[in-house]
Amino acid sequence: MLNVERSEIPIYGEMKSRFAGRDVAVIGVGMTKFGELWKKSLRDIFVEASLQAIENSGVDHIDSMYVGTMSGGLFVGQEHIGAVMADYLGVAPVPATRVESACASGGAAFRQAYFEVASGQSEIVLAGGVEKMTDGADVTDALATAADQEYEVYNGITFPGLYAMIARAHMHQYKTTREQLAHVAVKNHKNGSMNPNAQFRSPVTLEQVMKATMVADPLRLLDCSPVSDGGAAVIVCSVDYAKQLKKPYVKVVASAQASDTIALHSRESLTALKCVSVAAEKAYKQAGLKPTDINFAEVHDCFTIAEIVVTEDLGFFEKGKGGAAAENGSTSIGGKIPINTSGGLKSKGHPVGATGVAQIIECYEQLTGNAGERQVKNAKYGLTQNMGGSGASCVIHILEAV
Amino acid sequence: MISPRYHREVPQRYRLEAGKCKQCGHISFPPRLVCPKCKTKSFETVQLSREGKILTFTIIRVGPDKFSKETPYVVAIIELNDGVRLTAQVADCDVNKVEIGAEVKMIFRKIQDEGKSGLHCYGYKAVLV
Amino acid sequence: MIGIVGYGSYLPRYRIKVDLIAKQWGADPEAIKRGLMLYEKTVPGLDEDTITISVEATRYALQRARIDPQKIGAVYIGSESHPYAVKPSATVLIDALGIGPHVHVASYEFACKAGTEAMYVAYSLVKAGEMEYALGIGADTSQGAPGDALEYSASAGGAAFIMGKENVIAEILFTNSYTSDTPDFWRREHEYYPRHAGRFTGEPAYFKHIHNAGKNLLEKSELSPKDFQFAVFHMPNGKFPQEAGKKLGFTKEQMEVGWISPWMGNTYSGSSPTGLAAILDVAKPGDKIFMVSFGSGAGSDGFIYKVTNEIDKVRDLAPKLRDMLDNDKIYLDYGQYAKFRKKIILNE
Repeated sequence: MLNVERSEIPIYGEMKSRFAGRDVAVIGVGMTKFGELWKKSLRDIFVEASLQAIENSGVDHIDSMYVGTMSGGLFVGQEHIGAVMADYLGVAPVPATRVESACASGGAAFRQAYFEVASGQSEIVLAGGVEKMTDGADVTDALATAADQEYEVYNGITFPGLYAMIARAHMHQYKTTREQLAHVAVKNHKNGSMNPNAQFRSPVTLEQVMKATMVADPLRLLDCSPVSDGGAAVIVCSVDYAKQLKKPYVKVVASAQASDTIALHSRESLTALKCVSVAAEKAYKQAGLKPTDINFAEVHDCFTIAEIVVTEDLGFFEKGKGGAAAENGSTSIGGKIPINTSGGLKSKGHPVGATGVAQIIECYEQLTGNAGERQVKNAKYGLTQNMGGSGASCVIHILEAV
Repeated sequence: MISPRYHREVPQRYRLEAGKCKQCGHISFPPRLVCPKCKTKSFETVQLSREGKILTFTIIRVGPDKFSKETPYVVAIIELNDGVRLTAQVADCDVNKVEIGAEVKMIFRKIQDEGKSGLHCYGYKAVLV
Repeated sequence: MIGIVGYGSYLPRYRIKVDLIAKQWGADPEAIKRGLMLYEKTVPGLDEDTITISVEATRYALQRARIDPQKIGAVYIGSESHPYAVKPSATVLIDALGIGPHVHVASYEFACKAGTEAMYVAYSLVKAGEMEYALGIGADTSQGAPGDALEYSASAGGAAFIMGKENVIAEILFTNSYTSDTPDFWRREHEYYPRHAGRFTGEPAYFKHIHNAGKNLLEKSELSPKDFQFAVFHMPNGKFPQEAGKKLGFTKEQMEVGWISPWMGNTYSGSSPTGLAAILDVAKPGDKIFMVSFGSGAGSDGFIYKVTNEIDKVRDLAPKLRDMLDNDKIYLDYGQYAKFRKKIILNE
């Protein structure tokens, strides 16, 4: 124990306006289809996504790798994921590290790869994420480990329940409507229908969402992201190296992360996610950008309410206006700021550890002009926001088209 | 859940014991080693108020395995009269009659058990007053 | 003066009507109601057991006693539904209420009279000068096999009594017990539901023990039934206590307040203790209370209480039994009841 009465624990770290290291690029991406992949194991899924990313990038080796996985242990009984994946990808003995930040594991893994390249320590790093959720584990229980096990989960709360409490508080405070929540699902299903890798490729109507089975009032089944298997991987290298490869690449202009209390009840606000606003502030500062400079964003819509709160806390909309924004089309493709063009977690699927990396992939596709039907015109800056738990951790990246 | 983990939380779960910061007076529930407000590390043990009000709530319709036979049940974030917030079930109620702002008191209930042969695990729930 | 210095009772809010149980098993509801004088009974919530009921009853007892819980030197919980076969119920209770750790604790079992035995021991320890305060509790989430006659009555509830010497609200004037080996009702180790010997539970068991204990208590005290304002007997149903009391010479009026079984059911170890709590809720200074419990196997404990002036100061400091019995009820259908009482076989 420290024996000083007052220690110097800052509220959060000093913000650097620019990262001192090298400029970093994403040069190749790969992902499996998201969904119930009955014939594929955790390692198969990761290897499939990673091989695609390596192939697309044109690199002949990787120096190191990071794997984002929330809970290999609870979902399939496998830990030591870094080593398993390096082995089966056939890249051992490269250093391989598993990164965990609950549902933000993928974003956190990408951030580690970013640091390793930016620092000059490595030239080519693979950042991947993977989850296998359909092998029979109690998924509700496993996901709930991202909340406070002793003071939230012990008392019977679930993840839909935590976000439902945020939803109810938001509806109470800002008059956000049940329909506005449903609009998020409708939009994301529409976007997902245009994404060949999405778990759900069928649009849903407002009425379907409003009448779906209640899971945790006021959230219904179609407000919730699904249980999914899936993997995603990207190759990260320096911009200088990317130029030599002569392949399409995008530049990482901000990487920020923040944390908050593990328990929702300990937060100052039940209707705002401080981890998002703090990380966003850092990211914008690092990139020298404002929210209005961002052309589209992939945000963590694990539940419809999350997208509404997050788009507010990212500064895209005034606090309390996120619901209206979803309703009036501001977040649709062609709107003021398209959100979750990939279909988001809601429709694309949410294999937890893969999600943060898949967000980077959607940005890459959009910024390199390869998003097909979902293409956002003239997109220069894309933002990804990946969140852990009920908002106890958040990872934000801003990518730039070159 | 295993016995040592359960036993460690007994003062909080059974008696609502919290740590009050000697420097700034902030009450942490459960007790912590570092005050989240002023970052100092000296606390006195206090018992929380057993009365408060509902800040937000949900009705769990799909529960985790341990609670799946108890659905639907209400879980709420409650602000106790001393300002401390916690998450607890609201017991013995018509789930459709719970409201934000409703006054509650904390009671002692069984929260879960470790299967047929394991421990009975107790703690706090709220009831509407 | 030695006696009760604080009391509290607790009943769950859930109820089932006797009609629904009768209907479930093809019995005639009117015949049951007439024969047993039972109309509805309390049902514990899925999250309630003997321990939680004891904790809430004791919390109320402490509110009335207004004492430092640390001064309680012994806690005995009488029940035939202790949640553990091995592990005392009261260890949870003392940690929940800030009693101990310098405290004697044990779980008591003597069918439906374990509660009064706990009260007797608590009283005796104070009387012996071993400690300042001692706590005796009777509480149960009673079991009755589906379709068995017991199912109409087996209910949940309890009451807690803090015995002491200072600020006594009901002085204990006399006690006694009457016990014999009478196999009228039992539950073997590892069995979920009790078995009983039908009509043998009546005359040779319940009535014989209550009557002999009651008669002996009247003799010992040199009091007669007319000296009492209230009388309460173990209540396996609505009918038995009325008959037993009448045979001892008590009137319906004397038994009215403590006779809560028609709407509460049989709270087993909590039965006569909750009846006593209902009486203390309304008793006036100077009133005398006659109490005889009964536990199968079999035995009866007798108590004579004299209410003091202190009662007026503490009566309203905690919820009253009659309010809990009559208000805020949540009625269950048989299916919900079967689920609540874990009568449905589930996968682990």
